[in-house]
Formats: sequence, C-alpha cells, structure tokens
Amino acid sequence: MEQPLTKNIITGNTLSLKDYEQAGGYAALRKVLKDNSPQQVQQIVKDSGLKGRGGAGFSTGIKWSFVPMDENARHPKYLICNADEMEPGTFKDRLLLEGNPHQLLEGMILAAYAIKADISYVFLRWAYRKAAEIMEKSISDAYAAGYVGKNVLGSGWNLEMYLHTGVGRYICGEETALLNALEGKRATPRAKPPFPQVSGLYGKPTIVNNVETLSCLPHIINNGADWFRSLSVSEDSGTKLYGVSGKVKRPGVWELPLGTTMREIIEEYAGGMTNGYSLKGVLPGGASTDFLTEQHLDIKMDYTSVAAAGSRLGTGTIVVMDDKTCPVGFVHNLQHFFAQESCGWCTPCREGLPWVERILSGLEKGNGSPEDMELLQMHTQYLGPGNTYCALAPGAMEPLQSALKYFREDFVRHIEEYKCPYEG
Amino acid sequence: MTIHIDNKTYTVKAGKNLLEACLAQGLDLPYFCWHPAMGSVGACRQCAVKVYKDETDTKGRLVMSCMEKVTDGLYLSIDDKIAKAFREQVIEWLMTNHPHDCPVCDEGGACHLQDMTVMTGHDYRRYKYKKRTYTNQYLGPLINHEMNRCIQCYRCVRYYRDYAGGGDLNVFAAHNHIYFGREKDGVLQSPFSGNLSEVCPTGVFTDKTLKEHYTRKWDLTMAPSVCHHCSVGCNTIAAERYGELRCVLNRYNGDVNGYFLCDRGRFGYEFVNSENRIKQALIRNRTNEAAKEDEVMAHLQQFISTGKLIGVGSPRASMESNFALMQLVGKENFYQGVSEDEAYVNRLVVEMLSSGCVHSASLKDIEQADAVVVIGEDIWNTAPMLALAVRQAVVKTAAAEASKSVQAPVWLDSAIKEFAQDEKGFLATLTITTSPLDDLATHSWHAAPDELARLAFAIAAYLQPGKIDNTDINEELLSRAKTIADVLKKAKNPVVVTGTSCYNDNVIKSAFDIAVALNTSERKTAFSCVMRDCNSMGLAMMEAPSFNVANEAVKKNGHAAAVILENDLYRNVTFGVANDFFNACDHIVVLDSLHNTTTQKAHVLLPAATFADGDGTLVNNEGRAQRFFQVIPNAGSQVQESWRWLRKMQSLKSHAVNNHAAFPDELLHELETALPQFKGVTEVSPQHDFTIHGERIPREPHRYSGRTAMLANKNVSEPKPFSDEDSPLSFTMEGYRGVPPPMMTPFFWSPGWNSVQSVNKYQDEPGGALRGDDSGVQLFKDKQADNGLFFNDVPGSFVIAKDRWLLLPKYDTLGSGELSSYSLALQALSPDPFICVSPGGLHVLGVQEGDPLQITDAGIVYDVLPVKVDKDLCDGVVLISAGLRGSIGMNWGSRVKLEIRN
Repeated sequence: MEQPLTKNIITGNTLSLKDYEQAGGYAALRKVLKDNSPQQVQQIVKDSGLKGRGGAGFSTGIKWSFVPMDENARHPKYLICNADEMEPGTFKDRLLLEGNPHQLLEGMILAAYAIKADISYVFLRWAYRKAAEIMEKSISDAYAAGYVGKNVLGSGWNLEMYLHTGVGRYICGEETALLNALEGKRATPRAKPPFPQVSGLYGKPTIVNNVETLSCLPHIINNGADWFRSLSVSEDSGTKLYGVSGKVKRPGVWELPLGTTMREIIEEYAGGMTNGYSLKGVLPGGASTDFLTEQHLDIKMDYTSVAAAGSRLGTGTIVVMDDKTCPVGFVHNLQHFFAQESCGWCTPCREGLPWVERILSGLEKGNGSPEDMELLQMHTQYLGPGNTYCALAPGAMEPLQSALKYFREDFVRHIEEYKCPYEG
Repeated sequence: MTIHIDNKTYTVKAGKNLLEACLAQGLDLPYFCWHPAMGSVGACRQCAVKVYKDETDTKGRLVMSCMEKVTDGLYLSIDDKIAKAFREQVIEWLMTNHPHDCPVCDEGGACHLQDMTVMTGHDYRRYKYKKRTYTNQYLGPLINHEMNRCIQCYRCVRYYRDYAGGGDLNVFAAHNHIYFGREKDGVLQSPFSGNLSEVCPTGVFTDKTLKEHYTRKWDLTMAPSVCHHCSVGCNTIAAERYGELRCVLNRYNGDVNGYFLCDRGRFGYEFVNSENRIKQALIRNRTNEAAKEDEVMAHLQQFISTGKLIGVGSPRASMESNFALMQLVGKENFYQGVSEDEAYVNRLVVEMLSSGCVHSASLKDIEQADAVVVIGEDIWNTAPMLALAVRQAVVKTAAAEASKSVQAPVWLDSAIKEFAQDEKGFLATLTITTSPLDDLATHSWHAAPDELARLAFAIAAYLQPGKIDNTDINEELLSRAKTIADVLKKAKNPVVVTGTSCYNDNVIKSAFDIAVALNTSERKTAFSCVMRDCNSMGLAMMEAPSFNVANEAVKKNGHAAAVILENDLYRNVTFGVANDFFNACDHIVVLDSLHNTTTQKAHVLLPAATFADGDGTLVNNEGRAQRFFQVIPNAGSQVQESWRWLRKMQSLKSHAVNNHAAFPDELLHELETALPQFKGVTEVSPQHDFTIHGERIPREPHRYSGRTAMLANKNVSEPKPFSDEDSPLSFTMEGYRGVPPPMMTPFFWSPGWNSVQSVNKYQDEPGGALRGDDSGVQLFKDKQADNGLFFNDVPGSFVIAKDRWLLLPKYDTLGSGELSSYSLALQALSPDPFICVSPGGLHVLGVQEGDPLQITDAGIVYDVLPVKVDKDLCDGVVLISAGLRGSIGMNWGSRVKLEIRN
C-alpha cells in the first residue's frame, strides 16, 4: 500500500530540507520549471482527479481553472495554504505540517506556478505553535535554497512566501473569511460570486487550498495523474488521511487509499472500541457532518459514498460516539462551539445557534419541554444552506439534524425524565 | 424587462436587485441591512423571497432579494409560505435579544424594526432565556447610544466608515455579542454623525437634542424646510410641538442631499428656541420700549412715508424678504448687505453661472463625477454635504471600475469594496490648507490663493492652449498642472469646485476656466462655487450694490432712514464700516430673529420669523430656488416673516387703503416680473390656495394626539387650529392623505411604514427621484452656445511680506454658522477662537503656540487671540477662526499686521 504523503514522516520528527531532498523532494518543482507550462500543470492536476481535502471536496484542477491566466490578468496573484485546521475532531493537517513541511511548501510552489502566483501565504491556526516554528524555519530554508524568492531555481519566476498565524477563529477556515482576516479585516465571509479566483486577497486573483491537497501535488507531478488515480479504491483518486477519535483503542491518523471502508478504519487501524464501550454513532468527517450509525460502517469513505449515506466525507476524520456518551450532551458541546465561533454577520447563525445551544443545555439540565423539539427541528430547517451567509450554520445543523433522526429517543427521555438519563 | 411577482407581471428596470424591484412596484418586503445609498451586503437575511426556475417550477429556491439581480422573465414570490415563515423567523431571532422597551424608546412610533416586525406577523415569543445586555457609551452631545436595542444590521458602521469616511465608530467582538461603538467613550468625530439616527433601523443611535424636548413622531407638526446653515440648501423636515422646534430630519431630495444631512444642518436648529430670540417689537429710547404692532406702525409712518429709505438686504434672508425690502425702498436704494469684496466675487459667480457656459453642479452631479478638482475652498468646513458628495464621487468612480472588472452590479457593496480595495477616483484638492478631504485626494497642494489661481490657470492653459498667458508661471507649477490636466482630459464627467471664502476673484476665475476648457459635447463638465450663506446666491442675483456703496451714499446724502433686514452688519462687514453707517443714519429699523450687535443699534426692532416660523424661498449656490414652509404657528405672537413686516411698512408708504396681506407666491410673481433673472422662481411651490381634491395638505400625521388637551391648562375649549393662508399646508391633521407634490411633503409616512424608511413610498424607485420629480427650480439654464466667457487673468506670484499678512477666514464644520452657533449642542463642539499661522510664520513672529496675537488692520485693532500652528498652511497667510459665535466681520483677503501681545 502506497502512502506517498506520510511515508517519510516519523512521528514526533520533522523532515528537514536535506532529508526531504534526499527522499526526492523538490524534484517535481525542478521538473515542471523545466518541462511544463502552468497550464500543463493545471491539466495534470485536473486529470489526476484530486479533490480538495479541506472538506468541500471540489476538484482542485477545476478550481484553479477559473484563475485568469491571460496577459491582462491582474497581479499580484496569490496562492494561500489553508492551515487553519480548527474543525473539532480534525488533526490530519497537523501531521503534515509538523512531519513533512517541505512537501507542503513544494506543493504550494507548484500550485503557485500553476496559477502564475506572485505571493503565497500559509494561514496557520494559532494553536499550532510547533507547526509555526517549523514552517517559519522551513520557509526560510526554502528561500535560502532558492525554491522561493526572486527567480525560483533560475526560472525567472518570482514567488514570495509568508507565514501568517491567525488568532483562533473557526470561521477563518472558510476561505473568504480567511482572506478578510489576512487583509487585517474582520473575519467575515464574503459573498460569492465573485469568487476568490477573480477577486480574492486584496481584490486580486487568489487560490486557497488545504494543506493535504497541496501536499499531494509533488507526488502527482512526480508520478503522473494515472498513478494518482490508481492509489484509491474508489472512483475518487489518491490517498486520504483518515483520523479516528473517541473511545477507540488506538486513536490516530493514517494515510489510506481513498475509499477504505469506515469499518476497516475504525476496527483495523483504530483497533476497535475500547473494552466496555460500543459504537453508537460516528461523525465521519469532523464536527460539521451528519451522524452515521453502525449500519453505515461498511460504506466506503469517499466523497460520493458518504454523501449517499446522508453525510459528508468532510475532512475524513471520524469522531466516534460511544454508547455511554449522551448524544444530547455531545451535540450540545458541538453547538456551544459553533455558536461561539459564529462571526456574527448574518442573523440566523448569530441568533439561531445560541438559541439551539441554550435549548440543548436546558435539555441536559432537565428543563426541556416538547416545544423544544419543534424549535430544534425548526432551526435545522431554517439554518440550512442558502438561508445563511456561509456554510457555518448549515454545517452546525448537520450533527443536530441527524442526531434528532437517529437518537430521537434520547432527546425525548431528557424531556420526559426531566434529567439527562446518562448521568448517574 | 418584465418579471413575475406572485403571478402578476411587472415591468422593472434592468440592473436593479429584486428587493429594489419589489419596492419600486410599491410592494411591501421587509429589510434591514440594505440601504439605497449603501447597497446590499446580505447580512440580515430579512428580505428572503422565493425564486423559481420557470413557471412550471413549484418548489423554488429561497434567496435574499437584495443580493439577486433582476433577470428578464424571472418568477418570484413574496407571499410564498416558506419565504414568509422564514422572514417571520428572522424577526423572531432578532427579537430574542431586543428589549421590550418601545414605550420608553425614542425610536418608538418611527421605528423600522417595529414596522418590519408587524409586517412579518411575528407576535409570539418562544425564546425563554435571558437577553444579552451591553454597556452604553457616551458619544458626545449629538447622538445617544443604547446598544441593547441593536439588531446587528451593520448599517451604522457601513454608513459611518464606508459612506462618510469616519474612523472612530466600529464593530467589535463576535458571535451574538457584536458591539457597535467607539474604542472608548467619547465624542463621535465625524461631522456627519447625526445621520446614524436615521440610518439605524431602531433606537441604538438617536438624536440627543430631541431627547431634551422629546416628542413622538406622530405628535409632531412637520413642514418641509430648507437648511439655512450653509449655501448648499439641503432639504429638511422641521418638526414642532408646543411652539418649540423639536428636531430637524432629512427630507429626501435626489438632486441635492439624498438621504443625509451634516451635523450643522441637523443640530443647528436650536437657535429657533434660543433665549436670544427677538419676540417683541421695540421702539428704543422710550420709557417702555416694548411696542404693540399698531404702535410700531404708527411710529414708522412718521419717517417711512416722507424720508429717504436705505434698504440693506441679507444673504441669510429669503428671496421674499429681500425683494419686499427692495420694493419698499426702491431698487436704487437697495443694497446687498455684504462687503464690496464679497459682493464682487459673488457677482462674478452669478456672471459665470448665468452665462450657461458650464453646467451648475448639483450635489448629485458631484456624486456622479469621475474626476473632481477643488480649488481654494475648504468645502469640508464651509459646505460639508458638498464634501460628502465629493467623497461619493471618488468612491463611486472606483466602484464603477470594479463593477466592470468583476462583472458584479455596483450595489453588491461588499464584493465591489473587496475588489476596489483602496482604489479611488481622481480628486485634486488645491487649497489653502489641509482638510480631511485630503485623505481621499490623488493630488493635494496647499498654497496661497494667488498661487492656487496660478496653478489652476496653468491647468486651464494645458486644456485649452493659446487663450491664457502663462509665460510667468514656473516649471514646477507647470508640471504639476500638466499632471492634473492629463487626468482631467480623460474624464467623462469632471466637476470643478471652488468657493468665495478666499475672497479672491482669480481663484474663482481660474476654476471657471478649467471647467470651460474641459466642457465639450463628449465631456459634460459641471462647475460648483460654494458661497457664504444660505441665500448668498439669491441676494447676489438681485444685482444690488454692496454695503460699502450704501455707506458712501448715506455719508454723502445724510438724513437717511435705514431698514436692515436680518443682517448683523458687524459680522458681514468690518465694524469700522458698520459704525460709520449707523452714525450717519437718522433712523435705524432692524428686522431680525436673534439679538446681535446690529439689533442693539436699532431704533425700531422688529421680531422676524426664522425658517421655522415663517415661509420663504432660498436660492442655493447651485442656483436652485427652494421653498421652505412655516412649522411653528405664531398665533398671538408678533413674530412674523420679514417680508410681511416690510409689506406692512410699504402699505404705510403708499397709503393704500385696501392693501391685502401679500402671499409668498405673489411676492415671487412680482419678483419674477421685476427681475427677469428669476424667471421660473414661481414654480418652487404651488400657489397658496392650491388644494388636492379640495383638500389641503396636513402638517400633522393622522395619529397626532392630545389636540384637545394640549392647551387645556390655559383654556378648556380647544382653540381653533392656527390658520395658514400662505401655503397649501394646514396646521391640522385633517386633509389630503396621499403623496403630496414633492416640495410640499411635510413628513414621510405610509401605511405600515412609520419610520423614515417610508421615503421608499414617495420615490419613483428606491434612491431615485421623488414622485413628481425632485423639488427646486434651477434658475441657471445651460446654454448650447459658447458665449466666450473666459478669463486670462493670471495673477502675479504671492508675495510674503513680514508685516503684511494675508488675512483669511478659517471656518469650522460644527462651530461656524451665525444661527447654528446658538444651538447648545453644537456650541459644545465649537472650537475657541484662534489665530493660525504656518510653522514658518511662527518663527518669523518669534512666538510659540498658544501665545496671544493681535491683528491690526488699517488702524483697527482686533481682539487678542491665541496662536495655533498649522503645518500645512503656507507662509505669509494668517487664518482666523470665522463664523463662530461672537465672530466679527474682518477685511478678509486684505493684508494685515500681526503682533504679539502680553
């Protein structure tokens, strides 16, 4: 089984520039600078079938293709690495940031080349202090080695690269809010269209890609689109970093062929449930995805299969909920997070999420009423996609609406017993 | 194009958004964050509608109507069940934290949030938790802050920062604890802060001066009015109760002020209620000076009918009053009441605009300009709303570019701003010293007036070579001129703005030359010249000689009786000239509304109406005649319009037996006949006996309360409503309830729309002209033929001389204004009087900032004032704070001596 992204990562260690080069690093960059036009790079990536690993799963090649490439295109163009990994339960990018930083940098440089960018940023989650140190050093090493800066590897192309650490807002993971934050403005998402490819950072053409997405690029260039397609065991290409957290024997993150089943990931790689606990539900791709249950364990963890089961692949990091954890409390904890992380721009999210949070808190305390169920249901409907300014509130509603579907009995017991049945 | 709304077909304008399209059809659709002057951002989610793929689509898709462009053949539904339920839900969300304090809230009864709540049908509260609360801030004497009421529509910051360019109001914190305010308590710095009270859809930002004498909107008697505090002539609504002026609100005029007012205009009204008001006619030098009207008339008869009368007009009195004075004293004895220096430049401006060579710019023209040059005038301080219009021009030019590049409509505000970033249209500020407008400028240059004129002439010479002799101008100026000229050449709608406050004809001539040189059939150029007072233009158009000529005449002929109309000569001319004049006059009759140095000189003092207790017409700097209507009934009071006093005096003179009281429209008819340059002025308003279906237009809303009880402490019988014969407006709540002609709109109200947002219902389309066209009559007509008016008057270089400082006025946005300075709130924000020189000037004088300086001019020694340093001011010029309360007339534009005093 090939694990291109993680094969050189030794847990706890950082691959230095020298080691990365020895392992074949920056060969892809040398290759494209010599042999390929930016348009050709775009085509290879489009052919590879690479989809964004940040959660939305949109084709990377197609995303790039909207960047104006003609002579009249406005400059500077920007390439931004979204390393604001704040989705609860998600810790896959951290592994790549800390373990193999140059793989990411090479990916960024390749992506920047593909869109003829002039400036690139790593937008890093504030809490990733170690990653910040590593990225800072890696960027300066890359500058020193001539991989970034003026006249990259003698090609005549210039690319500046900067590290920016956020201040810890979940919404900064939303690419347009990230752009506003990077401009020094409030991290409020932007209306689309216009898309960042046309009017992004400082109003200039911009691409924002996830850490894992970018880290795939050197391998695609080195080994070809067909190779990348062959890595998976489903119609989606490549490998995926899958994570598991919760009451499992070995929580962690593994690079596996895209389309590995949930059962295999949980039972073989995470070692199955901790003794005394059984699986009640899973969030397959982070906190903002719909619950799936035991009946879904055999589905392939790829974009289409998870969607067909009624959830989303999201970030591919599975959160396991066991039978001793109260689903209402579990969802309450999530809603507390989402309500707090609302940017405050649009009414439904700003006012609706705190209401949901308070209802759930009331249920947990035994103050629930049947009317609360209607209100929760109402919110899952009205905080849906299109009704709010961005995807935060619709994402927040995904675990709630599926919890109401799969664990309704638990909600009803809270109301009828005037307490949380999971407590003493 | 046609669209289908709830199965009805409508014709709508292309390029608009769905919300605008619905509102333009008169349909009710609730909204908060969208504002016609600020565009759409999609924050509140209140204006949701259903949009369908085609007529067979029954499911549809919920969209925010403010964010979607109209497309031909579109199907949408406002009444769709889900859309309605969602809109109701948005209100319920907003209400989770909104206090139930409507009865004690200043916005109550005129609250957009109340209206929208009722419109959506939300009535039952399901949220059972505590509301969040905030600490409020002190924001100064103008605006009150009550954050608990906030519904987070972001309009305040979008208006204050993006529209008006303010920096000290912002949005803080996140999620459901967003806070709109300042970093810390303190006075709001923008001179346009008052608009927050109208922009805010609820009671977060309210008018603090109204709070001092609060009245609900429905209890106000209101009348259409025109701002009297600068020459721009913004349209206002004046509001009264119990004989007191309670507040001034914006009155939309698409050609002039649009949705906004400056703070001087909004809060300057309190002089009407001032203790300094003249309410009683006086005959001086008697034991009992207070006189009844018939006594005064009998007294006046003694010399009016026999003696020679000199009339001194006023730049702040109405056309009717100035004209009535001219009729009383005869054309040959009527004088302007401003200094020769001012009259001279004013005459020049009238000559330029009446030539028709260039279009006289309205504020709307300025807002739509793609390049603006400001020459000489400190418009930020002398005509704030004009400065705000210049800001819009600069921002809109960049927005139009962005709209093209990104293929998004200009109203998609955040997308346009994200693209445009700091891009701005062209603005050159060529002025004496800096102002906040410089922050927007592409090109700023500060120099003495003659130097500015030299640069401006050089620009004109580049634009139209061969007509100006610029051989004397140095390379540095020429290259600067070329830079500016090159940009102007590329513009499609340039505007040149100047003004009279430099008291320098060359500045105005050179600005005019630029406008003429730019003006071609492809490049329509507009010209705007700011003047000093609200009717400076109207007075100048009467073409009467200046006050200095009056003074000479009186000195020569002697034994004159002077009638002085609403004019503190000690402010408008130097006190030497004023003293000379008063000493030479036998009889002095003064009509005015506030006591001042001139009224102290009066032998007979007559209480004149202000804009609030009288009717009249003003001509703004653009040449737009606009009518204002009385709002305070003056039954039983001697206070009446000056023109009425003057008409009564005229009847004494002509011994007319049956002299009926004149109506303002009759006076304008006579004015039009006597002075043809005023042709069209009668159209400012329908005749006094105009009715609609036999009904007059009520000044009071139909919910006006307490009518039978208000005066019950005096008399239990309800008095007959004050009868107003002068205008088609009545002092009652009965009358025509539809939309009146635009110039006679006393208030904006429509069923279900109690707040100022109801202006939508009075417009052709949101942000467009009022139905029946925006009010005001432009007296200057554009002419096709070039009559060759052009000036070749390049002045010599400005010479700096040690004991001959060039004296110029320094106005203040809030503090300046003869009348507005009697508003306590504005007075609190007014600077103390000062003298101002350049750093070099400070050095030459050997003084430090704060040291006392004194000006001597032709033997007259002025008050000692502390010196300030202005690093942007050029050497050789001294500025003195002007227009402040107690400021006096000086020889502006002359050379004076400057000395230190201990």
